[in-house]
Amino acid sequence: MDDGTITTTIPAGPEPPPARPGEERGTLTAWIQDLIFTVDHKKLGLLYIGTGWLFFVAAGIMASLIRAQLVRPNNHLVSPETFNALFTMHGTVMIFFVAMPLVFGFANYIVPLQIGARDMAFPRLNAFSFWLTFFGGCLLFFSYVGAPGLYGAGGAPAAAWFALAPLTSRAFSQGPSVDYWSLALLVSGAGSITGGVNIMVTIFCYRTRGMTLYRMPLFTWLILVTMFLVVMFLPPLSAAQIMLTLQRYLGAKFFETQAGGSAILWQHFFWIFGHPEVYILVLPAFGILNEVIPIFSRKPIFGYPMMVAASVLIGFVSAGVWAHHMFTVGLSTFSVTFFAFSTLVIAIPTGLKIFNWLGTMYGGHLRFEVPMLFSIAFIFQFLIAGLTGVMLGVAPFDWQLNDSYFVVAHFHYVIVGGIVMGIFAGTYFWYPKAFGRMMDKTLGQWHFWMFVIGFHLTFDPQHFAGILGMPRRIYTYQPGRGWEIWNLISSAGVIFQGIGSLIFIFNLFWSYWKGKKAGEDPWDAWTLEWATSSPPPDYNFETLPEVRSRRPLWDLKHPEDPDWKFE
Amino acid sequence: MILVILTESALFTIFVVAYVYYIGKSLNPPYPHEVLELPILGTIALLSSSGTIVRAEQMLKRGSLKGFHQWWGLTILLGAGFLLYTGLEWQKLIHRDGLTISTNLFGSTFYSLVGLHASHVVVGLILLSIILFASMRGSIQHRHHEHIEMISWYWHFVDAIWVVVFTVVYVISART
Repeated sequence: MDDGTITTTIPAGPEPPPARPGEERGTLTAWIQDLIFTVDHKKLGLLYIGTGWLFFVAAGIMASLIRAQLVRPNNHLVSPETFNALFTMHGTVMIFFVAMPLVFGFANYIVPLQIGARDMAFPRLNAFSFWLTFFGGCLLFFSYVGAPGLYGAGGAPAAAWFALAPLTSRAFSQGPSVDYWSLALLVSGAGSITGGVNIMVTIFCYRTRGMTLYRMPLFTWLILVTMFLVVMFLPPLSAAQIMLTLQRYLGAKFFETQAGGSAILWQHFFWIFGHPEVYILVLPAFGILNEVIPIFSRKPIFGYPMMVAASVLIGFVSAGVWAHHMFTVGLSTFSVTFFAFSTLVIAIPTGLKIFNWLGTMYGGHLRFEVPMLFSIAFIFQFLIAGLTGVMLGVAPFDWQLNDSYFVVAHFHYVIVGGIVMGIFAGTYFWYPKAFGRMMDKTLGQWHFWMFVIGFHLTFDPQHFAGILGMPRRIYTYQPGRGWEIWNLISSAGVIFQGIGSLIFIFNLFWSYWKGKKAGEDPWDAWTLEWATSSPPPDYNFETLPEVRSRRPLWDLKHPEDPDWKFE
Repeated sequence: MILVILTESALFTIFVVAYVYYIGKSLNPPYPHEVLELPILGTIALLSSSGTIVRAEQMLKRGSLKGFHQWWGLTILLGAGFLLYTGLEWQKLIHRDGLTISTNLFGSTFYSLVGLHASHVVVGLILLSIILFASMRGSIQHRHHEHIEMISWYWHFVDAIWVVVFTVVYVISART
């Protein structure tokens, strides 16, 4: 390999048999068949990501409608019933059918490439997981038209995304709306659990030669912790939903207060899942930053062992913080103290990560490409999200502000300011690998600035509205409480975010045909996914690479100064 | 398989927690101490099936396919026996004692927990039968013993869950 290129001659084999009707190369039907029957981790990864962005648009439109309804006091753009359905669906879809598919999509696409594997451990199970997730989403949206949905707005679930008991009992949620919610999430939950098992087995058993756990790229490490959380904490949600379904169909009494059941038990069960879910979503975003920041700072990640330790620690501690969502329901003093304490403790490993990213950037040769812009925005916005999180973790503060717009602002800072920014960074970063073309940089910068400005316009004022006492989930409000201006600014921000998102989606398609050719390794990166062609062939690597350090491509590019000498 | 067992354990944990949380909280009869009887026979059948499946594995490792068939078949019989016993118990509870899933909290949590376990026994029996069927056709050989071991792990897991269910439901809650 003296000139760095590999030339192979393919012997002329026998003519392939003629394609069956509908399977001719290059036709639309063949393409659709390929997508439906594929078991390739890269195609499934892209399907996951495509599903995620598709539902992102749908749930984004819902969010815009919510903000349009709240733009001024006593507004009646939509009916109260529609409004309840809107915020329920927006929350449910964004968490389960936007963020989860995006996480699984990136994990699917990147992890086998990063560990030097040819595919996932169980490719067909992988396809099964994807289709469960996809049809789960379809089932949820079918609630709009299915059953009595067509004859009124009663079809879609309207009991908030955490479906609190006893609001979900048959007396209060008539019709099948809540059943759509629980069945759709049971289906997609099964998909996520099988996907989680699959990815963990892949990481444990399919690493290429020389890749010890200690040399594994940090993105893969974070996905490993994430999938552990998926496997451990999605079943509680499924269990609770099975109970709910039994209650609604067979008359079981689990959360029926008249029969001695406990509505608070539902909250415990939901949040045992619900809080780790936050980390299921944010850890992969951390992982993306762990890849992007070193490469655009031209320095290896600062404090690799600390990063791994902090991630594992976050994984464990996240199991013991759930009741901080429930400070106002009247827990015992001991539990309040315990959960407030654990909530504050989890800020430590998270803060450690922020210092490590800053340490990586400090003194580095920064390149402000689009993925780096989003990563930097992530660090600042996630810091603020973490700070408001610590504020809410202090129980007396939470008693004041629970279920106010302050909480809404806090978790949107986590999810939009953190997770979505991370996903955008990852999309710009790995797009050239998946399609062989760069995403347009100018459009990317427009997207970045529009979205970040829109984000701050929308969610910063919600903190103030919340402190002024504006509750969550209200349909409309009276003038004269000082909330008008904050809601007006907040709704105006949606326009910027919407334009930013449209630019992004346009860019996705435009760059596919018109983008600059990327080549194998456009960012001069160090991990194995950049060692193969863009897009990678079906088998990923011609020969499975051997790894001697954490930055195998650095070793290859700099044989005079390889990393493994210093390990 | 370790991961599957992990995730299943998480699922069962929630149902066990719900059961324990609601012990003694039912507002109307029948209460557990009035209707529950120790399922000695079923327990013996299920727990001993863990032993027979180990014997079957040993037979396969030694290369004795005939012994494998016998012990594996016995495991299926014991599992089916357990299921039959549970079915009879449920019949008695429903028809004689009038306890259904919608009667009270005890009924809801009892049937969901024991039912979840029983459904795992059913899945286990299906897996075991597939192996027996494949083995009768001669497609299970000595070299498959690691795959067989995975299935036996699942079976042990179902047994272990039964120990928990037995203790919680029939020993602890039966006093209330």
